[in-house]
Amino acid sequence: MSREYVMGNGAIALGALVAGVNVVAGYPGTPSSEIIETISKYPHEGVHLEWSVNEKAAMEVAAAAAYSGARVLVTMKQVGLNVAADPLMSLAYVGVKGGMVIVSADDPGPISSQTEQDTRAFAEFCRIPVFDPASPEEAYQMIGDAFEYSEKYKTPVLFRPTTRVCHAYASIDVADHYEAKKYEGFVKDSSRWVIFPRLSLTNHKMIEARNPEIGKDFSGYRYNSSNHATSQKAVFASGVSYAYVYEFLKDYPEVKLVKIGTPYPFPEDFVRKELEGVREVLCVEELSPYVENQLYRLFGLHHLDVKIFGKRSGHVPGAGENSADSVARILTEYLGLENKKSAMDLSDAPTIPVRPPVLCAGCPHRASFYAVKQAMKGQKAYFCGDIGCYTLGNAMPLDMVDTCLCMGAGITMAQGFHWVDKEAKTFAFVGDSTFFASGMTGVVNALYNGADMTLCVLDNSTTAMTGHQPHPGTGRNMMGNIVDKIDIVKVLEGMGVARIHVVDPLKLEEAVAAVRECAKTPGVKAIIFKSPCVAITKPAGKACINDSCINCKKCINEIGCPALIIENDKVAIDPALCTGCGLCSRICPVGAIESTKSSGNSSKGGR
Amino acid sequence: MKKDVLLCGVGGQGTVLASKLIAAAAMAEGNTVHSAETIGMAQRGGSVTSHIRIGEEIGSPLIPFGQADIMIAFEPAEAVRNLGYLKPDGIVIVNTVPVRPTTESLHPTGYDGVEMVEYLKKKATCITVNANELCAPLGSSKFFNVAVLGVLAASGRLDIDGETVKKEIMKRVPERFVESNLKAFEIGGTYACN
Ligand code: SF4
Ligand code: SF4
Repeated sequence: MSREYVMGNGAIALGALVAGVNVVAGYPGTPSSEIIETISKYPHEGVHLEWSVNEKAAMEVAAAAAYSGARVLVTMKQVGLNVAADPLMSLAYVGVKGGMVIVSADDPGPISSQTEQDTRAFAEFCRIPVFDPASPEEAYQMIGDAFEYSEKYKTPVLFRPTTRVCHAYASIDVADHYEAKKYEGFVKDSSRWVIFPRLSLTNHKMIEARNPEIGKDFSGYRYNSSNHATSQKAVFASGVSYAYVYEFLKDYPEVKLVKIGTPYPFPEDFVRKELEGVREVLCVEELSPYVENQLYRLFGLHHLDVKIFGKRSGHVPGAGENSADSVARILTEYLGLENKKSAMDLSDAPTIPVRPPVLCAGCPHRASFYAVKQAMKGQKAYFCGDIGCYTLGNAMPLDMVDTCLCMGAGITMAQGFHWVDKEAKTFAFVGDSTFFASGMTGVVNALYNGADMTLCVLDNSTTAMTGHQPHPGTGRNMMGNIVDKIDIVKVLEGMGVARIHVVDPLKLEEAVAAVRECAKTPGVKAIIFKSPCVAITKPAGKACINDSCINCKKCINEIGCPALIIENDKVAIDPALCTGCGLCSRICPVGAIESTKSSGNSSKGGR
Repeated sequence: MKKDVLLCGVGGQGTVLASKLIAAAAMAEGNTVHSAETIGMAQRGGSVTSHIRIGEEIGSPLIPFGQADIMIAFEPAEAVRNLGYLKPDGIVIVNTVPVRPTTESLHPTGYDGVEMVEYLKKKATCITVNANELCAPLGSSKFFNVAVLGVLAASGRLDIDGETVKKEIMKRVPERFVESNLKAFEIGGTYACN
């Protein structure tokens, strides 16, 4: 045994390794990305590890391995589950042989996501079991259990941690020795592995009969637990909300607290037993009122006269994340307690500046957006954004993202705008990783249907938003192999995109000219703005402002680089942030900004 | 030991390394530790926090309001933003050098951190540190994240031996930065004494 201090995602990774996982596939997405990264850092002999091109690909790669008896782990964030829904819905009918655990990390808040969807409800929709860990320690244990249940019932299972579990750190005792599972290999059997309507009907019947059995089995599962208090008022909680409730109720051990670790199939027998003598229940959970709805169902079925408080009653907020404090307030009210903790009164605090996230100083995306903005000045144009750091191009003063919907949507939405407004020029901004994940089909769609649009690929050679994962264009994969880079230009050429420019966005004049040219040309055009992410490259140098500055603030008002600051009423450059990208010097009307090249030995210390 | 330590600042200031070092040092001395970080969009210049909870029997990964024993604020406005977490008798170690949001350059409100520091002093016991002055001998204020741990150790508010922290710096910081970070830690210690 060795004690490791790891993030919840690390605990999930180690738990899977100890469970003998054979194949791990996923697509990066906050808060799930560190699972695959952790596996790559620990010994994983005999394990195939990959960043798949998207979540659907990951699910399918893993499914075949699970058909062959291997243990497989698939990782993604909750919206990734939407992309992978197609294979998963069918897979639920077909079933698996080797254990298949799909981690779909939910993000109450949402902190870094487009939706507050609930993977527990998704599991019920798929008719497959779901595990809901309340802490990193529990996640470590639960992931092994999830593999066991998956094999026992020959079904894929979902595992849904939330951000606060994924990104919480705890000490885990990890076995020193673990090895990948030995598996039988694929046994051909078309009556089992080929989905046809008849097989679906047969298996659907089987699944509906099986799920209540799993619910019974879960009634004895160790993470469906209770403190066995006998109060008439009980509290039900799941996920990290349980941790908040647990901490608060430490001072009130007489209050009954029930944890639901497997929300679906609902452990009815366990819950009914716990409800003996209970008159009122408060459900504390995030996202949908999932446990709450299960209780309504149960009470209806069994005509139980128990009052339910929670999201429906307005006691627990219907959206957003819970916190130790919001839960403390809810419990204080529900239990009719005195408000005992006197937090500091901060009503007299000075106004705190807002701090929205911004593109980093020197980020090449800023230059790309600015080039398009300059080129299209005075013309009607729509700018469709996408998912990644570059969504931040929406902020003032750039203001260059008119829409953002989901991965890859910018490319297809640009076409939609064209069909309803042929006067306007439409642009789609997409990152290199997103282009591979779900952008390519959109380009084919544009070509096939004869749309008019300019595709702007912001190619910074990484997946920056989620922590710099490699992707098909980077020439590296998760097995540590150097592979052929998939060249975006060749891909576009192969599809038949006739006009393709490759420009360095920091060479502003060239970039602007390329955009102008594309805007004039009919059909589908592409510009690859190529410049590496500043977070993973050494700064080129530093810029500084000389005495000829007339303090017109054009630099600040045009590009909003965070390194451009105002000091004693004068525009200045913060040397700690500036990367010497040189964009501002191209904007200054009087040439007051000079760049110095770095001597190479820049001190990038401390982190 | 049972202690809750909150770190707050702006994405990019290096709060994550500081929090890892505190957690690692506390663990090396035999404590059970939990912590939680802000990761994601906010790392791009937004407000970030790290919650470190030392001691057994802890449920929530986040420190409840009014319960942090120590707050280490890398930026004055962030200190005020998170002040609700502090115990009434808690202590704030705060960098007085403001990080102005980019919006401040576009629409100046005159934010300079001074008002924030004054407010903090009115509300809580404070150790104020000017990161630029503190880190001047190191050539970059980026070392504040480790220097401030020196201030923390010297404050005597966290029962952890400075030597333990140094050992963790040697273990966890990339080799070429170990020396400068050790120096940063020491400078922090002497600054606090002055
Ligand atoms: S050169 Fe100008 S635009 Fe580029 S990082 Fe420095 S201040 Fe910002
Ligand atoms: S654009 Fe040039 S002259 Fe105007 S404030 Fe900036 S540096 Fe000074």
